[in-house]
Amino acid sequence: MSIAHFVASGMGGLRTGGDLVARMQFTKNMKVGKAKDYVAKKLGVTAFDLSDEYILRELREDVGIGVLTGVPGTPKGIAAKMNIEDLLGIKINSCEKFRKYHAKR
Amino acid sequence: MAKYCTRMGDGSTVYMTKEEIKQDVLDGTADAADMGGIKDLTADEIEHLIEIICDTNRIVGVARGEEVVLSYDVGQLDMTGDNGNSGGGVPASRLNGALVHERTLCADTFELAHSDYSIKPVKPVIANEMNDMEVIQNNIIIPYFYGAMPNMGLYYSPDGPYGNPADLMRQFKIDEAQEQAEAAAKHLARDILYVATKIDDAGSDGFNFDTTASAGDADFVGTLTGVEQLRKERPDMSIMLGMAGENVMGIHGEIEYDGKVVAGLFPHQQVALAEKAGANVFGPVSNTNTGKSLAWNLSRAVTFVKSCTDVSSLPVHVNMGMGVGGIPMSETPPLDAVTRCSKAMVEIAKVDGV
Repeated sequence: MSIAHFVASGMGGLRTGGDLVARMQFTKNMKVGKAKDYVAKKLGVTAFDLSDEYILRELREDVGIGVLTGVPGTPKGIAAKMNIEDLLGIKINSCEKFRKYHAKR
Repeated sequence: MAKYCTRMGDGSTVYMTKEEIKQDVLDGTADAADMGGIKDLTADEIEHLIEIICDTNRIVGVARGEEVVLSYDVGQLDMTGDNGNSGGGVPASRLNGALVHERTLCADTFELAHSDYSIKPVKPVIANEMNDMEVIQNNIIIPYFYGAMPNMGLYYSPDGPYGNPADLMRQFKIDEAQEQAEAAAKHLARDILYVATKIDDAGSDGFNFDTTASAGDADFVGTLTGVEQLRKERPDMSIMLGMAGENVMGIHGEIEYDGKVVAGLFPHQQVALAEKAGANVFGPVSNTNTGKSLAWNLSRAVTFVKSCTDVSSLPVHVNMGMGVGGIPMSETPPLDAVTRCSKAMVEIAKVDGV
Protein backbone atom coordinates (compact mmCIF):
# COMPACT_ATOMS: atom_id res chain seq x y z
CA MET A 1 0.00 0.00 0.00
CA SER A 2 2.83 2.41 0.90
CA ILE A 3 4.62 1.78 -2.36
CA ALA A 4 1.43 2.06 -4.43
CA HIS A 5 0.65 5.51 -3.01
CA PHE A 6 4.27 6.63 -3.33
CA VAL A 7 4.38 5.57 -6.96
CA ALA A 8 1.10 7.36 -7.74
CA SER A 9 1.33 10.56 -5.74
CA GLY A 10 3.89 10.53 -2.90
CA MET A 11 6.77 12.95 -2.42
CA GLY A 12 9.15 10.20 -1.30
CA GLY A 13 10.28 11.19 2.19
CA LEU A 14 14.07 11.17 2.57
CA ARG A 15 14.49 10.40 -1.14
CA THR A 16 13.41 13.98 -1.74
CA GLY A 17 12.02 16.73 0.50
CA GLY A 18 8.77 15.05 1.57
CA ASP A 19 9.66 14.96 5.26
CA LEU A 20 10.41 18.70 5.22
CA VAL A 21 7.10 19.59 3.57
CA ALA A 22 5.32 17.34 6.07
CA ARG A 23 6.95 19.20 8.97
CA MET A 24 5.56 22.52 7.74
CA GLN A 25 2.09 21.01 7.31
CA PHE A 26 2.07 19.56 10.81
CA THR A 27 3.69 22.46 12.68
CA LYS A 28 2.30 25.47 10.83
CA ASN A 29 -0.93 24.08 9.32
CA MET A 30 0.36 24.89 5.83
CA LYS A 31 -1.45 23.43 2.84
CA VAL A 32 0.75 21.48 0.47
CA GLY A 33 1.43 24.29 -2.03
CA LYS A 34 2.38 26.80 0.64
CA ALA A 35 4.50 24.23 2.51
CA LYS A 36 6.39 23.34 -0.69
CA ASP A 37 7.04 27.01 -1.47
CA TYR A 38 8.33 27.59 2.07
CA VAL A 39 10.72 24.61 2.02
CA ALA A 40 11.88 25.29 -1.53
CA LYS A 41 12.80 28.86 -0.63
CA LYS A 42 14.80 27.68 2.38
CA LEU A 43 16.68 25.16 0.22
CA GLY A 44 17.17 27.54 -2.69
CA VAL A 45 15.34 25.33 -5.19
CA THR A 46 11.92 25.40 -6.86
CA ALA A 47 8.82 23.66 -5.49
CA PHE A 48 9.00 21.39 -8.54
CA ASP A 49 12.56 20.37 -7.58
CA LEU A 50 11.46 19.22 -4.13
CA SER A 51 10.25 15.87 -5.49
CA ASP A 52 13.31 15.33 -7.68
CA GLU A 53 15.60 12.65 -6.26
CA TYR A 54 18.47 13.75 -8.51
CA ILE A 55 18.52 17.24 -7.00
CA LEU A 56 17.60 16.45 -3.41
CA ARG A 57 20.02 13.53 -2.94
CA GLU A 58 23.07 15.77 -3.22
CA LEU A 59 21.43 18.80 -1.63
CA ARG A 60 20.37 16.89 1.48
CA GLU A 61 23.94 15.71 2.01
CA ASP A 62 25.34 19.20 1.42
CA VAL A 63 23.12 20.79 4.09
CA GLY A 64 23.37 17.86 6.51
CA ILE A 65 19.68 17.02 6.89
CA GLY A 66 19.94 13.26 6.39
CA VAL A 67 20.14 11.12 3.28
CA LEU A 68 18.32 7.96 2.27
CA THR A 69 21.41 5.79 1.95
CA GLY A 70 23.88 4.79 4.64
CA VAL A 71 26.66 7.33 4.17
CA PRO A 72 29.34 7.25 6.89
CA GLY A 73 30.07 10.63 8.41
CA THR A 74 26.75 12.25 7.53
CA PRO A 75 24.37 13.56 10.25
CA LYS A 76 21.79 10.98 11.28
CA GLY A 77 18.81 10.93 13.65
CA ILE A 78 18.82 13.83 16.12
CA ALA A 79 21.87 15.46 14.50
CA ALA A 80 20.11 15.65 11.12
CA LYS A 81 16.93 16.94 12.79
CA MET A 82 18.84 19.74 14.53
CA ASN A 83 20.03 20.84 11.09
CA ILE A 84 16.42 20.67 9.85
CA GLU A 85 15.41 22.96 12.74
CA ASP A 86 17.98 25.51 11.59
CA LEU A 87 17.02 25.16 7.94
CA LEU A 88 13.26 25.52 8.40
CA GLY A 89 13.28 27.85 11.42
CA ILE A 90 11.20 25.49 13.57
CA LYS A 91 11.66 23.61 16.85
CA ILE A 92 11.49 19.81 16.82
CA ASN A 93 10.25 18.19 20.05
CA SER A 94 12.83 15.37 20.15
CA CYS A 95 15.66 17.87 19.62
CA GLU A 96 14.34 20.00 22.46
CA LYS A 97 14.32 16.90 24.69
CA PHE A 98 17.83 15.97 23.56
CA ARG A 99 19.14 19.43 24.44
CA LYS A 100 17.38 19.26 27.81
CA TYR A 101 18.93 15.87 28.67
CA HIS A 102 22.31 16.88 27.23
CA ALA A 103 22.38 19.92 29.51
CA LYS A 104 22.06 17.64 32.56
CA ARG A 105 25.33 15.78 32.05
CA MET B 1 -18.30 -1.89 -27.82
CA ALA B 2 -14.91 -1.71 -26.10
CA LYS B 3 -14.81 -2.76 -22.48
CA TYR B 4 -12.38 -1.49 -19.86
CA CYS B 5 -10.80 -3.72 -17.24
CA THR B 6 -11.61 -2.20 -13.85
CA ARG B 7 -12.54 -3.25 -10.31
CA MET B 8 -15.47 -3.78 -8.00
CA GLY B 9 -15.47 -2.45 -4.43
CA ASP B 10 -14.29 -5.84 -3.16
CA GLY B 11 -11.27 -5.73 -5.50
CA SER B 12 -12.49 -8.28 -8.04
CA THR B 13 -11.99 -7.58 -11.75
CA VAL B 14 -14.96 -6.41 -13.80
CA TYR B 15 -15.21 -5.35 -17.46
CA MET B 16 -17.32 -2.27 -18.16
CA THR B 17 -17.99 -0.06 -21.18
CA LYS B 18 -17.11 3.63 -20.98
CA GLU B 19 -20.82 4.40 -20.83
CA GLU B 20 -21.28 2.05 -17.88
CA ILE B 21 -18.30 3.63 -16.10
CA LYS B 22 -19.69 7.11 -16.77
CA GLN B 23 -23.08 6.12 -15.38
CA ASP B 24 -21.46 4.79 -12.19
CA VAL B 25 -19.40 7.96 -11.83
CA LEU B 26 -22.56 10.04 -12.19
CA ASP B 27 -24.44 7.84 -9.71
CA GLY B 28 -21.57 7.93 -7.21
CA THR B 29 -21.23 11.70 -7.14
CA ALA B 30 -25.01 12.08 -7.01
CA ASP B 31 -25.19 9.74 -4.01
CA ALA B 32 -22.57 11.77 -2.09
CA ALA B 33 -24.21 15.07 -3.04
CA ASP B 34 -27.61 13.82 -1.95
CA MET B 35 -26.39 12.37 1.35
CA GLY B 36 -24.09 15.24 2.31
CA GLY B 37 -26.04 18.16 0.90
CA ILE B 38 -22.96 19.08 -1.14
CA LYS B 39 -22.15 19.86 -4.76
CA ASP B 40 -21.86 17.15 -7.42
CA LEU B 41 -18.58 16.96 -9.33
CA THR B 42 -18.51 19.32 -12.30
CA ALA B 43 -18.68 18.06 -15.90
CA ASP B 44 -14.93 18.63 -16.31
CA GLU B 45 -14.16 16.74 -13.10
CA ILE B 46 -16.38 13.86 -14.19
CA GLU B 47 -14.59 13.65 -17.55
CA HIS B 48 -11.21 13.73 -15.77
CA LEU B 49 -12.27 10.96 -13.40
CA ILE B 50 -13.51 8.77 -16.27
CA GLU B 51 -10.19 9.34 -18.05
CA ILE B 52 -8.28 8.18 -14.94
CA ILE B 53 -10.43 5.07 -14.52
CA CYS B 54 -10.31 4.15 -18.22
CA ASP B 55 -6.52 4.56 -18.51
CA THR B 56 -5.33 1.21 -19.86
CA ASN B 57 -1.99 1.36 -18.06
CA ARG B 58 -1.68 -0.76 -14.94
CA ILE B 59 -0.24 2.15 -12.91
CA VAL B 60 -1.24 5.80 -13.13
CA GLY B 61 0.12 8.81 -11.25
CA VAL B 62 0.04 12.56 -10.80
CA ALA B 63 2.09 14.90 -12.95
CA ARG B 64 5.63 15.64 -11.77
CA GLY B 65 5.61 18.45 -9.24
CA GLU B 66 2.08 17.64 -8.04
CA GLU B 67 3.12 15.07 -5.43
CA VAL B 68 1.70 15.27 -1.90
CA VAL B 69 2.72 14.18 1.60
CA LEU B 70 2.05 10.60 2.74
CA SER B 71 1.09 10.06 6.39
CA TYR B 72 0.26 6.70 8.00
CA ASP B 73 -1.96 4.85 10.40
CA VAL B 74 -1.21 1.63 12.37
CA GLY B 75 2.51 2.44 12.36
CA GLN B 76 4.84 -0.54 12.19
CA LEU B 77 1.89 -2.96 12.45
CA ASP B 78 1.53 -2.96 8.65
CA MET B 79 4.88 -4.76 8.69
CA THR B 80 4.80 -6.72 11.97
CA GLY B 81 1.08 -7.22 12.56
CA ASP B 82 -1.38 -9.93 11.62
CA ASN B 83 -3.88 -9.67 8.79
CA GLY B 84 -6.32 -7.74 11.00
CA ASN B 85 -4.20 -4.74 10.14
CA SER B 86 -3.27 -6.10 6.71
CA GLY B 87 0.05 -6.70 8.43
CA GLY B 88 2.80 -8.69 6.80
CA GLY B 89 3.44 -10.84 9.87
CA VAL B 90 7.18 -10.12 9.83
CA PRO B 91 8.62 -10.31 13.35
CA ALA B 92 10.76 -7.20 13.74
CA SER B 93 11.39 -4.50 16.31
CA ARG B 94 9.46 -1.26 16.28
CA LEU B 95 12.70 0.59 15.52
CA ASN B 96 13.26 -1.69 12.51
CA GLY B 97 9.70 -1.03 11.36
CA ALA B 98 10.13 2.73 11.61
CA LEU B 99 13.47 2.85 9.81
CA VAL B 100 12.36 0.46 7.07
CA HIS B 101 9.43 2.78 6.33
CA GLU B 102 11.76 5.79 6.36
CA ARG B 103 14.59 4.30 4.30
CA THR B 104 12.90 1.86 1.91
CA LEU B 105 9.16 2.57 1.75
CA CYS B 106 9.39 6.30 0.90
CA ALA B 107 7.36 7.47 3.91
CA ASP B 108 7.15 11.24 4.47
CA THR B 109 6.00 10.67 8.08
CA PHE B 110 5.54 7.60 10.25
CA GLU B 111 4.19 6.64 13.66
CA LEU B 112 4.53 4.31 16.65
CA ALA B 113 1.56 2.08 17.39
CA HIS B 114 0.43 -0.30 20.16
CA SER B 115 -0.67 -3.70 18.87
CA ASP B 116 -4.29 -2.94 19.92
CA TYR B 117 -3.98 0.55 18.34
CA SER B 118 -6.41 2.14 20.82
CA ILE B 119 -6.09 4.81 23.53
CA LYS B 120 -7.39 2.68 26.41
CA PRO B 121 -4.90 -0.25 26.27
CA VAL B 122 -1.97 2.17 25.94
CA LYS B 123 -2.51 3.55 29.45
CA PRO B 124 -1.09 0.58 31.43
CA VAL B 125 1.96 0.34 29.13
CA ILE B 126 2.58 4.07 28.67
CA ALA B 127 6.12 3.87 30.08
CA ASN B 128 7.01 1.24 27.48
CA GLU B 129 5.58 3.42 24.71
CA MET B 130 7.47 6.47 25.97
CA ASN B 131 10.74 4.56 26.08
CA ASP B 132 10.32 3.21 22.55
CA MET B 133 9.41 6.70 21.33
CA GLU B 134 12.59 8.13 22.86
CA VAL B 135 14.80 5.41 21.37
CA ILE B 136 13.30 5.70 17.89
CA GLN B 137 13.34 9.52 17.92
CA ASN B 138 17.11 9.34 18.43
CA ASN B 139 17.42 7.45 15.15
CA ILE B 140 14.66 8.55 12.81
CA ILE B 141 14.65 11.77 10.76
CA ILE B 142 11.16 12.00 9.23
CA PRO B 143 8.32 13.32 11.47
CA TYR B 144 7.43 10.44 13.81
CA PHE B 145 4.09 10.49 15.62
CA TYR B 146 2.20 8.24 18.01
CA GLY B 147 -1.00 6.80 16.60
CA ALA B 148 -4.07 5.31 18.26
CA MET B 149 -7.80 5.07 17.74
CA PRO B 150 -10.05 6.70 20.35
CA ASN B 151 -12.12 3.49 19.99
CA MET B 152 -14.68 4.36 22.64
CA GLY B 153 -16.36 0.98 22.23
CA LEU B 154 -13.71 -0.39 24.60
CA TYR B 155 -15.18 1.72 27.42
CA TYR B 156 -18.55 -0.08 27.24
CA SER B 157 -19.60 -3.37 28.83
CA PRO B 158 -18.32 -6.09 28.65
CA ASP B 159 -14.88 -4.54 27.91
CA GLY B 160 -15.18 -1.37 29.99
CA PRO B 161 -16.85 0.21 33.03
CA TYR B 162 -19.87 1.80 31.31
CA GLY B 163 -23.17 0.28 30.32
CA ASN B 164 -23.43 -0.59 26.64
CA PRO B 165 -25.80 1.85 24.90
CA ALA B 166 -26.74 -0.79 22.31
CA ASP B 167 -27.91 -3.17 25.07
CA LEU B 168 -29.65 -0.40 27.02
CA MET B 169 -31.53 0.83 23.98
CA ARG B 170 -32.80 -2.69 23.31
CA GLN B 171 -34.32 -2.49 26.82
CA PHE B 172 -35.85 0.93 25.90
CA LYS B 173 -33.58 2.63 28.50
CA ILE B 174 -32.84 5.55 26.20
CA ASP B 175 -31.94 8.13 28.86
CA GLU B 176 -29.59 5.69 30.58
CA ALA B 177 -27.96 4.79 27.25
CA GLN B 178 -27.28 8.48 26.61
CA GLU B 179 -25.92 9.00 30.14
CA GLN B 180 -23.53 6.07 29.76
CA ALA B 181 -22.29 7.39 26.40
CA GLU B 182 -21.70 10.83 27.88
CA ALA B 183 -19.79 9.36 30.84
CA ALA B 184 -17.66 7.23 28.51
CA ALA B 185 -16.90 10.29 26.36
CA LYS B 186 -15.60 12.18 29.40
CA HIS B 187 -13.45 9.19 30.35
CA LEU B 188 -12.07 8.98 26.83
CA ALA B 189 -11.17 12.68 26.88
CA ARG B 190 -9.29 12.21 30.18
CA ASP B 191 -7.40 9.24 28.77
CA ILE B 192 -6.51 11.12 25.58
CA LEU B 193 -5.01 13.93 27.64
CA TYR B 194 -3.05 11.47 29.80
CA VAL B 195 -1.66 9.33 26.98
CA ALA B 196 -0.90 12.17 24.56
CA THR B 197 0.88 14.39 27.10
CA LYS B 198 3.07 11.45 28.15
CA ILE B 199 3.94 10.72 24.53
CA ASP B 200 4.68 14.40 23.97
CA ASP B 201 7.01 14.27 26.98
CA ALA B 202 8.89 11.46 25.21
CA GLY B 203 9.68 13.68 22.21
CA SER B 204 6.98 12.64 19.75
CA ASP B 205 6.42 14.86 16.72
CA GLY B 206 2.71 14.67 17.39
CA PHE B 207 -0.35 12.44 17.80
CA ASN B 208 -2.57 10.82 15.19
CA PHE B 209 -6.14 10.16 16.37
CA ASP B 210 -7.22 7.60 13.80
CA THR B 211 -10.70 6.17 13.07
CA THR B 212 -12.36 8.82 15.22
CA ALA B 213 -16.10 8.33 15.87
CA SER B 214 -15.99 4.60 15.18
CA ALA B 215 -18.31 4.23 18.20
CA GLY B 216 -20.54 7.03 17.02
CA ASP B 217 -21.30 10.60 17.96
CA ALA B 218 -20.24 10.37 21.64
CA ASP B 219 -16.87 8.97 20.50
CA PHE B 220 -16.48 12.05 18.27
CA VAL B 221 -17.36 14.42 21.14
CA GLY B 222 -15.01 12.61 23.54
CA THR B 223 -12.17 12.86 21.03
CA LEU B 224 -12.80 16.52 20.19
CA THR B 225 -12.93 17.33 23.91
CA GLY B 226 -9.67 15.43 24.50
CA VAL B 227 -8.02 17.24 21.59
CA GLU B 228 -9.25 20.59 22.89
CA GLN B 229 -7.79 19.89 26.35
CA LEU B 230 -4.57 18.62 24.81
CA ARG B 231 -4.23 21.77 22.69
CA LYS B 232 -4.59 23.92 25.82
CA GLU B 233 -2.02 21.81 27.67
CA ARG B 234 0.42 21.48 24.75
CA PRO B 235 0.04 24.47 22.38
CA ASP B 236 2.90 23.37 20.10
CA MET B 237 1.98 19.68 19.70
CA SER B 238 1.06 18.48 16.20
CA ILE B 239 -2.34 16.78 16.12
CA MET B 240 -3.88 14.83 13.25
CA LEU B 241 -7.52 13.82 13.53
CA GLY B 242 -8.81 11.22 11.08
CA MET B 243 -12.35 9.88 10.88
CA ALA B 244 -13.97 6.43 10.74
CA GLY B 245 -16.62 7.17 8.14
CA GLU B 246 -18.12 9.83 5.93
CA ASN B 247 -21.00 10.27 8.36
CA VAL B 248 -20.98 10.45 12.17
CA MET B 249 -23.31 7.73 13.45
CA GLY B 250 -25.97 9.06 15.79
CA ILE B 251 -25.88 6.36 18.46
CA HIS B 252 -26.51 8.95 21.19
CA GLY B 253 -28.38 11.21 18.82
CA GLU B 254 -28.28 14.50 20.70
CA ILE B 255 -24.75 14.93 22.08
CA GLU B 256 -23.14 18.24 21.13
CA TYR B 257 -19.71 19.76 20.69
CA ASP B 258 -19.38 23.55 20.71
CA GLY B 259 -23.16 23.85 20.71
CA LYS B 260 -23.61 21.66 17.62
CA VAL B 261 -25.23 18.23 17.45
CA VAL B 262 -22.54 16.05 15.86
CA ALA B 263 -24.71 13.11 14.76
CA GLY B 264 -25.04 13.03 11.00
CA LEU B 265 -22.16 15.39 10.20
CA PHE B 266 -20.30 14.91 6.93
CA PRO B 267 -16.61 15.67 6.15
CA HIS B 268 -17.12 19.34 5.24
CA GLN B 269 -18.83 19.81 8.63
CA GLN B 270 -16.53 17.51 10.64
CA VAL B 271 -13.41 19.46 9.65
CA ALA B 272 -14.78 22.69 11.16
CA LEU B 273 -15.09 21.00 14.56
CA ALA B 274 -11.64 19.40 14.25
CA GLU B 275 -10.17 22.84 13.60
CA LYS B 276 -12.13 24.36 16.48
CA ALA B 277 -10.80 21.67 18.84
CA GLY B 278 -7.20 22.37 17.79
CA ALA B 279 -6.18 19.80 15.17
CA ASN B 280 -3.41 20.65 12.68
CA VAL B 281 -4.34 18.14 9.98
CA PHE B 282 -7.73 16.52 9.21
CA GLY B 283 -8.36 13.11 7.66
CA PRO B 284 -11.75 12.69 5.95
CA VAL B 285 -13.15 9.28 5.10
CA SER B 286 -15.53 7.80 2.57
CA ASN B 287 -16.32 4.14 3.11
CA THR B 288 -16.28 1.71 0.19
CA ASN B 289 -19.39 -0.23 -0.89
CA THR B 290 -18.13 -3.67 -1.97
CA GLY B 291 -21.19 -4.24 -4.18
CA LYS B 292 -20.50 -1.18 -6.31
CA SER B 293 -17.76 -0.54 -8.87
CA LEU B 294 -14.49 1.36 -8.40
CA ALA B 295 -16.01 4.10 -10.57
CA TRP B 296 -19.01 4.50 -8.24
CA ASN B 297 -16.96 4.35 -5.03
CA LEU B 298 -14.19 6.66 -6.21
CA SER B 299 -16.60 9.22 -7.61
CA ARG B 300 -18.52 9.25 -4.34
CA ALA B 301 -15.33 9.49 -2.26
CA VAL B 302 -13.84 12.30 -4.34
CA THR B 303 -17.11 14.25 -4.04
CA PHE B 304 -17.13 13.98 -0.23
CA VAL B 305 -13.43 14.82 0.11
CA LYS B 306 -13.56 17.72 -2.33
CA SER B 307 -16.38 19.25 -0.28
CA CYS B 308 -14.00 19.09 2.70
CA THR B 309 -10.90 20.54 0.99
CA ASP B 310 -13.07 23.33 -0.46
CA VAL B 311 -13.86 24.68 3.01
CA SER B 312 -10.92 23.55 5.14
CA SER B 313 -8.20 25.93 6.25
CA LEU B 314 -6.29 22.91 7.61
CA PRO B 315 -4.21 20.60 5.43
CA VAL B 316 -6.37 17.60 4.47
CA HIS B 317 -4.85 14.08 4.42
CA VAL B 318 -7.54 11.80 3.00
CA ASN B 319 -7.77 8.27 4.44
CA MET B 320 -6.89 5.85 1.65
CA GLY B 321 -6.32 2.45 3.18
CA MET B 322 -8.27 -0.72 2.65
CA GLY B 323 -11.96 0.09 2.11
CA VAL B 324 -11.77 3.88 2.32
CA GLY B 325 -11.24 6.74 -0.13
CA GLY B 326 -12.62 4.69 -3.03
CA ILE B 327 -10.08 1.90 -2.52
CA PRO B 328 -11.46 -1.66 -2.64
CA MET B 329 -12.20 -3.38 0.67
CA SER B 330 -9.53 -6.04 0.47
CA GLU B 331 -6.51 -7.12 2.49
CA THR B 332 -4.42 -6.63 -0.62
CA PRO B 333 -5.97 -3.79 -2.61
CA PRO B 334 -5.05 -4.08 -6.30
CA LEU B 335 -2.26 -1.77 -7.47
CA ASP B 336 -4.24 -0.47 -10.45
CA ALA B 337 -7.14 0.56 -8.19
CA VAL B 338 -4.94 2.19 -5.51
CA THR B 339 -2.99 4.32 -7.98
CA ARG B 340 -6.20 5.49 -9.68
CA CYS B 341 -7.73 6.51 -6.34
CA SER B 342 -4.49 8.24 -5.28
CA LYS B 343 -4.27 10.25 -8.52
CA ALA B 344 -7.95 11.23 -8.46
CA MET B 345 -7.79 12.45 -4.85
CA VAL B 346 -4.82 14.70 -5.62
CA GLU B 347 -5.93 16.01 -8.99
CA ILE B 348 -9.68 16.37 -8.42
CA ALA B 349 -10.26 16.54 -4.66
CA LYS B 350 -7.07 18.65 -4.23
CA VAL B 351 -5.90 16.92 -1.05
CA ASP B 352 -2.72 18.03 0.75
CA GLY B 353 -1.76 14.49 1.65
CA VAL B 354 -2.80 10.85 1.66
